[in-house]
Amino acid sequence: MTVMEIGRRRVARSFRPRSGVTLAVLLVLLLICLALALTVGAAGIPLSRLPAALGLLPAADAGPMAARDQMVLWSIRLPRILTAAIVGSLLAASGALMQGLFRNPLADPALVGVSSGGAFAAASSIVLLDHALGDNLRFLQDHLLPVAAFAGSLVTTIALYRIASRAGRTSIALFLLAGLAIAAIANAGIGVLVYLADDRQLRDITFWMMGSLSGANWAKASSTALVLLIALAVFVKVARHLDLLVLGESEAFHTGVDVERLKRLSIVLVSLMTGVAVSVCGVIGFVGIVVPHLLRLLIGPSHRLLLPASACLGAVMLVAADTVARTIVAPAEMPIGILTAAIGAPFFLVILLRQRKLVGL
Amino acid sequence: MIAAILSKPARYAIVSLLASTVVTASPGLAGDIAVRDALGREVVIADTSRTLSIGGAITEVLVALGLEQRITGIDSTSTYPPTAVKDKPNVGYLRQLSAEGVIGLNPTLILAMDSAGPKQTMQAIESAKIPLVLIPEKLTEQGLLDKIRLIGHAMNADASANCLATAVAEDFDQLRQLRAKIDRPLRVMFVMSLVNGQAMAAGRNTAANEIIELSGGVNAIDGYDGYKSINDEAIVAAKPDAVLTIRRSRDTFEADAFYAHPGFALTPAAKNRVFVAMDGLYLLGFGPRTPAAARDVAATLYPQLASQAGDFKPKAASAVCRP
Repeated sequence: MTVMEIGRRRVARSFRPRSGVTLAVLLVLLLICLALALTVGAAGIPLSRLPAALGLLPAADAGPMAARDQMVLWSIRLPRILTAAIVGSLLAASGALMQGLFRNPLADPALVGVSSGGAFAAASSIVLLDHALGDNLRFLQDHLLPVAAFAGSLVTTIALYRIASRAGRTSIALFLLAGLAIAAIANAGIGVLVYLADDRQLRDITFWMMGSLSGANWAKASSTALVLLIALAVFVKVARHLDLLVLGESEAFHTGVDVERLKRLSIVLVSLMTGVAVSVCGVIGFVGIVVPHLLRLLIGPSHRLLLPASACLGAVMLVAADTVARTIVAPAEMPIGILTAAIGAPFFLVILLRQRKLVGL
Repeated sequence: MIAAILSKPARYAIVSLLASTVVTASPGLAGDIAVRDALGREVVIADTSRTLSIGGAITEVLVALGLEQRITGIDSTSTYPPTAVKDKPNVGYLRQLSAEGVIGLNPTLILAMDSAGPKQTMQAIESAKIPLVLIPEKLTEQGLLDKIRLIGHAMNADASANCLATAVAEDFDQLRQLRAKIDRPLRVMFVMSLVNGQAMAAGRNTAANEIIELSGGVNAIDGYDGYKSINDEAIVAAKPDAVLTIRRSRDTFEADAFYAHPGFALTPAAKNRVFVAMDGLYLLGFGPRTPAAARDVAATLYPQLASQAGDFKPKAASAVCRP
């Protein structure tokens, strides 16, 4: 009996919140979080100067610092906060999707090696750029790392899918186990790169592996937003089918779900979402596992509500974590992956302990 | 760890080999030299004919002292002077030395930066009883002069080392005169790397911090020690007038990457397009060329000083300090 099934039963006999209300509450929470994030930062724009910085005041009343504030806000802080929100959505929603697909509340793109594959490719690009071969790729410099991270995630997922599918059927258990093996291989590869790297590359790889939203800009915000829009559109299509999949693959098939197509679509989408998130900000763990978990306890397992709600709460969590990351040790910056792991992992453990009896562990 | 385990037989072999040479060299003779190294240990050196040089600055000093014939191996940070180092066996990166690689070169003396490692390798070297002198890395003028004299003393070349140290001290004097002409010091940010939009900048207690000050600038970052990831907004708040970095291959492209970065784009450095990229060992190595590197940085930062900087002929480069 999985946590999800328990959640289903529990929710079935208790109050089921209406999806509109839940989403509205989460959206308001997100707006509050965004507004708070907007007011703090290393460049310090006090609340009194915020309206001018946002361009809400006419130029005459704006004051002497308005031009600088406006630039900091619009070219650094705002794109970063938005990128954090979108990446948080992608991570949490891809976690929710993968858990639905595997009917396993512990599934997570990081767990099946998709993040590790992306991280290995990204670390390779860091080391490669300093070698002779890298000179020929230097025109790609700005794009090599994100492209590599995305390609790494995609290749990992495709390899996993190939391993796990035979004669048109996909074995979820094989997928999970092969994922663990691939994660180990990717981590070994990262280990080799760490060994080969010199001091500077070593710092680059280590910091990048811990995740950061530093260097977010409008281009990153908009490209991630596009992926999120695609994901939300697909969610509308797959949510009901994922609910039916909980019954089991053959049961779902008999209710008219094209199970193989659903799996393919979901796997491609998960790798797209994870790959884009990893390429923008490195490896940020535990958002994808904690957020859907928490929501399932609060609102039940129906994917029609769970997927968009996960996207919302994931955004809240990452915006909050990033706000702490970029202010707590200013002018330096704390890697955000440390924060999400430090908060997320104990939280996850508490959920597990509370559910221990129910899940029969 | 594996290296340490694997090297055990090798270690015994070398120890017995050394024991036989020690008998012929008989310790305590007038030729032996005792030096105190970075850990405060007294190291007795009997033979400098096969010296392993671990650290770019050490290799530079040895070559400047005319001792390149005695260098039996180098590490991967030893890249200068290219003619002297290109045929020497290389034991790899100074923090990832393999015990077997080091001991296998059969050195009679190892001169290493005190950051050399890993620990297991250093322990293996010690248990092989090879004289190991750890050279302290003090990032100051006096620290550099001391470094030169210590290396010279270990190599029994005190006269040459004094000659080189005097030349370097004179270069620092010339540099001081050059700095005195700067009326408004620029704020300089040293950026170690810019990966995926994330900048890593040098704070206090770094070689970069010293080179910025030697070249008459002010480090724009004084909020932390060492090299750390810096917040984009903090880059704007630090208001650097110039960006200093290590040269990789194509400078112009790197400069464009900085100007396009959301944080750097809002700084005076991007507005005035002041961007200095230099060879890593030259800029941060703290060897005999350091005053010249600081002069080159100063000449780029302060174009009005360019002609005076041109008159600055580094004595260390031309000094004949060879025995």
